[in-house]
Amino acid sequence: MKKRRNKKISYAKYGYIFSIPFVVTFALFTLYPIIYTIIIGFTDLKGLGAVSFNFLDDPFQNYKTILESQSFKTALGNTFRLWLWNFLPQILLALFLAAIFTSKRHKIKGQGFFKVVFYMPNIITAATVALLFGSLFGYPMGPINDLLVSLGILDKPYFFMQDKSVARGVVSFIQFWMWYGNTMIILISGILGINPDIYEAADIDGASGWQKFLYVTLPNLRTILVYTLVTSLIGGLQMFDIPQLLVAKSGPDNATLTTSCFIYNQAFSGSYMYNRASAASMIMFVIIAILSVIVFYLLRDRSEVAERKQMKKAKKEMKQKAKKVGV
Amino acid sequence: MQKKKNKAVDTKMTAIAVSAQLKKGKRPRVSKFLIYILCIILALLSIMPFLIMVVNATRSTTEIQQHALSLIPSKYLIDNFKILTGKSFNPMVGFMNSMIISVCSTLCTVYFSTLTAYAIVVYEWKLRKPFFTFIMAVMMIPSQLVSIGFYQFVYKIHLTNNFLPLILPAIAAPTCVFFMRQFMIPSLHLDIINSARIDGSGEFYTFNRIVLPIMKPAIATQAIFSFVASWNNLFLPMILLTRQDKYTMPIMVSLLKGDIYKTEYGSVYLGLTLTVLPIFIVYFLLSKYIIAGVALGGVKE
Repeated sequence: MKKRRNKKISYAKYGYIFSIPFVVTFALFTLYPIIYTIIIGFTDLKGLGAVSFNFLDDPFQNYKTILESQSFKTALGNTFRLWLWNFLPQILLALFLAAIFTSKRHKIKGQGFFKVVFYMPNIITAATVALLFGSLFGYPMGPINDLLVSLGILDKPYFFMQDKSVARGVVSFIQFWMWYGNTMIILISGILGINPDIYEAADIDGASGWQKFLYVTLPNLRTILVYTLVTSLIGGLQMFDIPQLLVAKSGPDNATLTTSCFIYNQAFSGSYMYNRASAASMIMFVIIAILSVIVFYLLRDRSEVAERKQMKKAKKEMKQKAKKVGV
Repeated sequence: MQKKKNKAVDTKMTAIAVSAQLKKGKRPRVSKFLIYILCIILALLSIMPFLIMVVNATRSTTEIQQHALSLIPSKYLIDNFKILTGKSFNPMVGFMNSMIISVCSTLCTVYFSTLTAYAIVVYEWKLRKPFFTFIMAVMMIPSQLVSIGFYQFVYKIHLTNNFLPLILPAIAAPTCVFFMRQFMIPSLHLDIINSARIDGSGEFYTFNRIVLPIMKPAIATQAIFSFVASWNNLFLPMILLTRQDKYTMPIMVSLLKGDIYKTEYGSVYLGLTLTVLPIFIVYFLLSKYIIAGVALGGVKE
C-alpha cells in the first residue's frame, strides 16, 4: 500500500512554484506599468517629477490632442515609410541570398564567412551605428562627401542630412543593413528544414530552379515569413535609437521623426507631458495589434483552416448523432 | 567486384552530369560569378563603415578635414584619447556600468527562463497550457506601452539612478523561455528526472544539478543574445539614469553627438570605436554559436 501511495506523489505544485519568479516579475515590471500607462493616458499628469494626477473631465482629451497633432501624424507616416523602405529590400535580398546559399546547383563557397559578415551589423550598438553613419555622411567633410568629390561625382560637398529624402533614405538603409543578415540566416534554416523529398519530386517532374523556388520553397516558408514580417513590424514601429541619434532634431521638417521619438520627446523633454505620451503609446499599441492580426489572418494557412473547420463539423455531427442515440 | 560496379556507376553519373552541364552551357558559371561579386560587395558594405571608423580614430582632426576617407592609420590615437576623456566622455565608467547591468540581467534571464521552461515542460499542472499561451502572447507587447508607466513606477519608489530596475525585469524574458522550451523538449528525458527522484534528490536540487548542465548549449546561446541586447539598450537607461557616473555605454555614445565634440572628429571616431570594441571581441570569438543561435531562433513551428 505504502509503495503505491509513494508512486502517486503529485509534482504538480512544483509547476506553480517554479513559475512564480516569472509571474511576479512580469506582474510588477510589465503588467503594472502597462495598466499605469493606460491610466495616465486619461489624466493630467505632466511636469518633471510629477507623480500625482487628476482624471480629465473628458477622458479622451489626450487621445484627441494626439490624433489631431500634426507632428504625430508626420511621425506615424514617417515610421511606416521608414519601416517599409527597409523591409521590402531586406526581405527580397534575404530571400535571394537564402535561395542561392541553399541551392545545390550553385554551391557557393565561403558561406560561413559571408554569414558572419552579413550578420555583424546587427550585433553592433544601434546608437553607435547611428552616430557612425552621421559622421560618414558628415558635412562639409565626411568620408562619403570626400569620396564623391574625389571621384568627381559631386563638385562640392553636399549637406546630406539637410535633405529630407536622403535623411530618410539613410535611416531606412541602416535598418536594412542591420537586419538583412539576420533575416537571411532565419530563412536559410527554414529552407534547410523543408523535406528534401519534395524537392526530389519536383526534380523528377522537371521543375526549373525558379519553379522550385516559387512552388516549393515559398509556400513551405510561409510560417517563417509571417514570423519575420510580424517581428519586423513590431520592431520597426518602435524604431528609436537610429532616428533619434542620426540627425539633430529629427532632421529637416521632422523628416525622420518616428512615433517612438515623438513619445520620448513628449514624455522626457520640453514640458514632460506624460499623459499625452501615454495616449500616444496606447494608440501605437492598438495599431500594432490590429496590423499583426491582419497579417496573421491574411497569411494563414488556408488549407489547414479548412481542414480544422471540417474536423469541427465532423465532431459536431458525431456529437449530435451521439445525442440522438442517447435520447 | 562491388567496387568495380560502383566505379562504373560513378563514371556513368559523371557522364550524365557533364552532358547536363554542356546542355545548360556557361550560364551557371556567369551567374555564379555575379553572385560572388554581389556577396563581396555586401561584405564590403558591412566592413567598410567600421574600418573607416577605426582608421579615423587614429587620425587627427586636420587630417580628417583634408581627407575624411583614408585606409591608412595615422599616429594620433593617444592625442584623440586625451581629447576624448578630457571632456564628458568617460569610457571606463560607461564600460563598468554597462558590464554590471548586462552581466546581472543576463544571469537573471537565462537562469529564470530555464526554470520557467522547466516548469512548463516537466510538470503537469492545470494552468500549464494557458500559461504557455500567455507567454507567447506577452512576446508581442511593444516596449513603448510599458515605458511611461515603468518610469513613473520607478520614480515613485525612488529607484531612478539605480541599476536594479534595469536588471530585475530580465527575470521575465518570454522569448528566452520560448527558446528554452523548444530546446528542452527533445533534449531532456523524463527518465533522468525520475531516477534522480528515486535517488532522493529534491526537485530544486535536480533542476540545479542535472537540468542546468544538460541545457548548457541553449543557455550559452541565449546568454550571448541577452547580453548583447542589454549592452545595446538605449531607451530605458536613458530615461532612468540621469547621473553622469551611472551612464551606460550607449548613453556615453549619445554624448558624442553634443556640441563639445563638434569639431573633434578624431576623438568622436575613437569614442565610437571604444563602445563597440567589446562587442566585436565577443562576436568574433563566438560568431559560430551566434549564427547557429539565430538560425535556431527562426525555426518556430
